[in-house]
Amino acid sequence: MLTYLLRRFVLALLVIFTVLTISFALTRLSGDIAVAIAGPAASAEDVAVIRKTYGFDRPLPVQFVEWVRSAASGDLGRSYLYREPVSELIRDRLPVTLKLGFAALMVALLVAIPLGIVAAMREGSLVDRGVMLVALVGQAMPGFWLALLLIIQFGLRLQWLPIAGAEDWTGFVLPAIVLAFSAIPALMRLTRSGMIDALSSDYVRTARAKGLSRASIVMKHALRNAAMPVVAVSAVQLGALLGGSVVIEAVFALHGVGFLAWESISKNDFPVVQAVVLFLAVIYIALTLIADLFNAVLDPRLRAA
Amino acid sequence: MDCAICWGPRVTPEPVLEVRDLRIRFGGVVDAVRGVSLDVRGGETHCLVGESGCGKSVTALAIMGLLGRGAVRSSARLAFRGTEMAGLSEREMAKLRGDKIAMIFQEPMTSLNPAFTIGSQMAEVFERHRGGGRRVALDRAAGLLGRVGVSAPGLRLAQYPHQLSGGLRQRVMIAMALMCDPELLIADEPTTALDVTVQAQILRLLVELQRDLGLAILLITHDLGVVARVAHRVSVMYAGEVVESAPATDLFAAPSHPYTRALLACVPVPGVVRRDQPLGSIPGTVPRMEPGFTGCAFRARCRYAMEVCADDVPLRLQGPDHRYLCQLVV
Repeated sequence: MLTYLLRRFVLALLVIFTVLTISFALTRLSGDIAVAIAGPAASAEDVAVIRKTYGFDRPLPVQFVEWVRSAASGDLGRSYLYREPVSELIRDRLPVTLKLGFAALMVALLVAIPLGIVAAMREGSLVDRGVMLVALVGQAMPGFWLALLLIIQFGLRLQWLPIAGAEDWTGFVLPAIVLAFSAIPALMRLTRSGMIDALSSDYVRTARAKGLSRASIVMKHALRNAAMPVVAVSAVQLGALLGGSVVIEAVFALHGVGFLAWESISKNDFPVVQAVVLFLAVIYIALTLIADLFNAVLDPRLRAA
Repeated sequence: MDCAICWGPRVTPEPVLEVRDLRIRFGGVVDAVRGVSLDVRGGETHCLVGESGCGKSVTALAIMGLLGRGAVRSSARLAFRGTEMAGLSEREMAKLRGDKIAMIFQEPMTSLNPAFTIGSQMAEVFERHRGGGRRVALDRAAGLLGRVGVSAPGLRLAQYPHQLSGGLRQRVMIAMALMCDPELLIADEPTTALDVTVQAQILRLLVELQRDLGLAILLITHDLGVVARVAHRVSVMYAGEVVESAPATDLFAAPSHPYTRALLACVPVPGVVRRDQPLGSIPGTVPRMEPGFTGCAFRARCRYAMEVCADDVPLRLQGPDHRYLCQLVV
């Protein structure tokens, strides 16, 4: 198992390097940054000064090595807009994004797992088809559109919940639900198919032959085996939720990392864009690693290998 | 029978399990079991023999009340210790299963849950039916593992199924089946998936356990070699029917149904088939029976088939306790 984890770790490092390259390349490809920073009114001299100050006049490979080296030491550069180190900007906004991501994951699991179990227990029934329809709709519906629907209904008509900002926990309810919706279909399908496999397995037949209660057969013997991939995928999903919060944070005006990314993209604050992309990618990769670890802990067969 | 591991008859008269006219239909289109009747007495091993697809495993699952959705069961009588089981609710059936009636399966590799330790899986059946603490259950589990020939029982309790070989897992399944002192053990091809040497060990173990515990065993197998070694009574199944039923000695001495005879000709049973006889085979496979079928189901593969075989088949007596379904009088 140690070699397995070591291999995953080396792989993760390679992926991070790839992300570094891509985020660097994308920001350089989107036009002349110095011109963008200087703004439309700037003279050619101003642009030249900016180019020199920020080091854009150096060859690209040099700039890249510089970016990788400083990123590795935790220095993600300074925001042109806020005149602050990017790492501090991210640190200030991270709690909001983490709260939103975890809340969304909780909502997603609380909806997806019970529905997946029920659908599996009545495979082919109306209940099953209804659940699968919800999954389909959830997958097809864009998050921002669902967000607007919920804002209109619960924020404006019923006035139950705030539609923007996060003064207290109520501000997280709608965005968490919207964000959860993107994770629910995958988690539910996974739970359902895992439970269908488990419920038709030989060991569940044994459990039934032992006269165990229905609750024990479904919630213990079947779910324990069906849950392994679900746990692994929910760690990965959390990464996707944190990354996917860009749109939702913008819609609900939650000042998290996603909002920061949206803001910096629209204002050409490219060190921030670059850093946020890298940061979210690293979180995603770390969560995937954690998912592998989870799997090893849950599955005794992997633990031994 | 002259066989080293057979025992003298210690068979009690009243049946532990009575099955009369058991019928199972799948999805309204396939008749998997068509009127099976059999008794299993205390201390007796009743072997249900037949080819793949003849309905023997489905019969066992039906007795346990473990048929899946889409299967419809009916019976004139399905009684355990004189109590009719057909009317019992799922909850009442679950109380019998694992307690008074235990079952082991063909696939020892997959029949244990990979996510739980041997100890936890063995203990839970005892806790479910007998209550008591986990400590008591685990002590009993360790004792039974030792009884079924598993080395280092204390260590095994903490192990997971993937750490054990197929033979060991089948021993664990047997020990788990014995946790609540069942009266009836249904064994569905318990040795089929195992190595030949391990097969013999497991069979010997079942015979010993029966002798010591007075178990009634319904053993499902396709292997006449197994039947010859352990059976007191044999029911031969074909296409969902018991075509011949007799005490094991009578069946091997005087097989009466053409299918039984053909089946016996296919296998070298020690002491029954002679070395100079070539081994036979039965061409074709067991047909899928659809509702409304009449006559003998074996007639398409039978060398004695006559026109009259398309009519209803009479049940003939070949001795006081030896019956077969055929137009032929032997």
